[in-house]
Amino acid sequence: MKSTYREAVRAALRDAMRRDERVFLMGEDVGRYGGGFAVSLGLLEEFGPERVRDTPLSESGFVGAGIGAALGGMRPVVEIMTVNFSLLALDQIVNNAATLLHMSGGQFNVPLVIRMTTGAGRQLGAQHSHSLEGWYAHIPGLRILTPATLADARGMLWTALEDPDPVLIFEHGSLYNVAGELEDDAGPVELDKAAVLRPGTDVTLITYGGTLAAVLDAADQLAGEGIDAEVIDLRVLRPLDDGTILGSVGRTHRAVVVDEGWRSGSISAEIAARIGEHAFFDLDAPVERVCSEEVPVPYAKHMELAALPSAERVVAAARRAVGARG
Amino acid sequence: MADFRMPSLGADMEHGKVVEWLVKPGDYVHKGDLVAAVDTDKTVMDIESFEEGVVAEFLVEIGDTVEVGTPIARIAATPAGPIPAPPEQSPAVEAPSAPHPAPAPGEPKAPTPPPVQQAASASPPVRHLAHTLGVDVRSLHGSGRNGEVIRADVERAAGRSVAEVRATSTAQGSQTQEPRVRSSPLSRRVAAQLGVDLKGLPGTGPGGAVTEADVRRAAGAAATGTREGAPPPPQAQPAEAAAQTAPRQSRKALVGDKAGTLRRAVGSLMARSKKEIPHYYLATTLDLAAATAWMQSVNQQRPVSSRLVPSALLLKATALAAKEVPDMNGFFTRGEFRPSRSVHLGVAVALRRGGLVAPALHEAETLTLDELMDQLRDLVSRARAGRLQRAEMADPTITVTNLGDLGVESVYGVIYPPQVAMVGLGKVLEQPWARDGMLGVRHVVKATLSADHRVSDGLRGGRFLSRIDELLQRPEEL
Repeated sequence: MKSTYREAVRAALRDAMRRDERVFLMGEDVGRYGGGFAVSLGLLEEFGPERVRDTPLSESGFVGAGIGAALGGMRPVVEIMTVNFSLLALDQIVNNAATLLHMSGGQFNVPLVIRMTTGAGRQLGAQHSHSLEGWYAHIPGLRILTPATLADARGMLWTALEDPDPVLIFEHGSLYNVAGELEDDAGPVELDKAAVLRPGTDVTLITYGGTLAAVLDAADQLAGEGIDAEVIDLRVLRPLDDGTILGSVGRTHRAVVVDEGWRSGSISAEIAARIGEHAFFDLDAPVERVCSEEVPVPYAKHMELAALPSAERVVAAARRAVGARG
Repeated sequence: MADFRMPSLGADMEHGKVVEWLVKPGDYVHKGDLVAAVDTDKTVMDIESFEEGVVAEFLVEIGDTVEVGTPIARIAATPAGPIPAPPEQSPAVEAPSAPHPAPAPGEPKAPTPPPVQQAASASPPVRHLAHTLGVDVRSLHGSGRNGEVIRADVERAAGRSVAEVRATSTAQGSQTQEPRVRSSPLSRRVAAQLGVDLKGLPGTGPGGAVTEADVRRAAGAAATGTREGAPPPPQAQPAEAAAQTAPRQSRKALVGDKAGTLRRAVGSLMARSKKEIPHYYLATTLDLAAATAWMQSVNQQRPVSSRLVPSALLLKATALAAKEVPDMNGFFTRGEFRPSRSVHLGVAVALRRGGLVAPALHEAETLTLDELMDQLRDLVSRARAGRLQRAEMADPTITVTNLGDLGVESVYGVIYPPQVAMVGLGKVLEQPWARDGMLGVRHVVKATLSADHRVSDGLRGGRFLSRIDELLQRPEEL
């Protein structure tokens, strides 16, 4: 079945609402307008205003309402238009959703799912383009998902809804139009494991979400040079799947972490640190990182592209790690 | 960075002598890996690491005797690159502080660890600072109130030692300052495995670092001997490469040597036991007819090498009984008895040159008779070779002493603190034995119990002994 990433997310929402009466969607423009990125187009007509709810421009308010609904027994899916705007709801997410289970002594789970768009590359200016999922991956009590493939876009939502604790799903804005083949029977996927999308022996390229395409492209280019790269799609930023990462580095002895976030204090920093902690004696070269330039993402197209990780930069980093043509 | 300290290998151990390093600086050790052989007054034992990491440096020399708890090596969570000038050198220097004149310059100080003196008092933050700077507070003279070591004393000592280290290293010139070889961690690991010296290897990695491939290439070239100008053929670098020049004695000699010290150690511990523990004694005769008959029938079907001996049955029965009567099994410490969930059965082993050790058969109550036989054999041979490990010496929760081999009919043991019971077993005898109104000749053995009256009394003790007897009547269930 041909599908786009957008259609896969929509199919996941439709499937979830059909499966479980308690599931409902809310957020800015998700109803009449069909969602800021047209993900929920048609769902209002199908499920009615009770279950596809437009909210005012008040992230803290509607995320808080989602937490309340989850505590009250519902299974809310809250859409925040971009990760930049989620900062307005940071108090609700970090101080309430993530902590209530712990602070209630295990009495109250918060089965909330928050979806939001992240990432740059579409000339939307700094306010709509940042990649802050690494920040959320810092918070205990949250599970952080970054579907990069159609199958994950289709499958992660239901598994997230089954998690009794808050789950944040980051959909990279550049992925919605990506089209590809989706299994007809695509369904829920497990949420604990990173995926080795391409096995290789010379260097491990570790990435997630929006930069996966560039990394796969880089792996192809490297193959042309005789460098056999393994590609890991993290899929889950918290909890990180150490086993897959360390297992791969143990085989290839070299790692390049590709992250659209800023380098300082990023998820790539965490991954590099874990490799240093646990796989030091397997390393044959320093861990390389390819991240965004540490500037607000520029609007101008050529500058925006220059600020972001690219296949070329990944290839260069991999070459340095392998030491072949560095 | 963690200190690896001289462990306590038994209630009676106060100090130990490092007789062999089983690792060398730069080695990666996991928890449980053997690090050194230590000579206690009783025997030579292998001691294992409680840390995981890289051995950064040794703090004592082979042959040094140090108190329990003294750091003897440093284990770094990450590898030390060039091993830094050990900060331990600094505390060895008796750092002078203002009110005390410095020792005359010509007066050499033996670089021994500071003698045990009464610990200078220092506040926790100062102790922490001292630890951070690698200064031993005990070596300092305090200039604070009542001789208290204060921050300034520590800083002065640290500053002085740093200056000294720097001075000596420049004086010795470049010969001690080997340039660091840029090399990947993997290449270092592989180099160690293959015995390749990284010095002089051309590196093709990032920034000219030596990589795994470079090491393997060098190893291959050296092996085939075709490469000219290559570094000298790599010698497998044995552990001794850590260049321990201190005199070494063979373990055998050490073990043999010990009769005197061992006698003293056992003596002082037993004196303590008799002084502190109110012993009571019980004795009974165990009817071994069923056990020996069963054992003989089993042994008939076995090759000689795997036959059972009566000791195995007796030990197993004792372990099971101890499990059922927990008042016999555990430690009495700080005025309180803590029963042990498992039975780590101490087995007294007579050493050939005299003296006794009583290492543990761990979880003896869960072992099959064959496992118990195997482990007993292993334990005895290692005890005699001086190859016991720390846990085996520290763990016994109840001890059995079996003097049957020597023809003794009964033995009343002295409890090994902090345990609370000791079982004595004598020789297996044939005796006239009345049962059900009939007289017959049977195999019997005298079993005694010495137990701690603070924990149990004759009622519990009697129950324990009779339980052993009952268990031996159904040997097939042991």
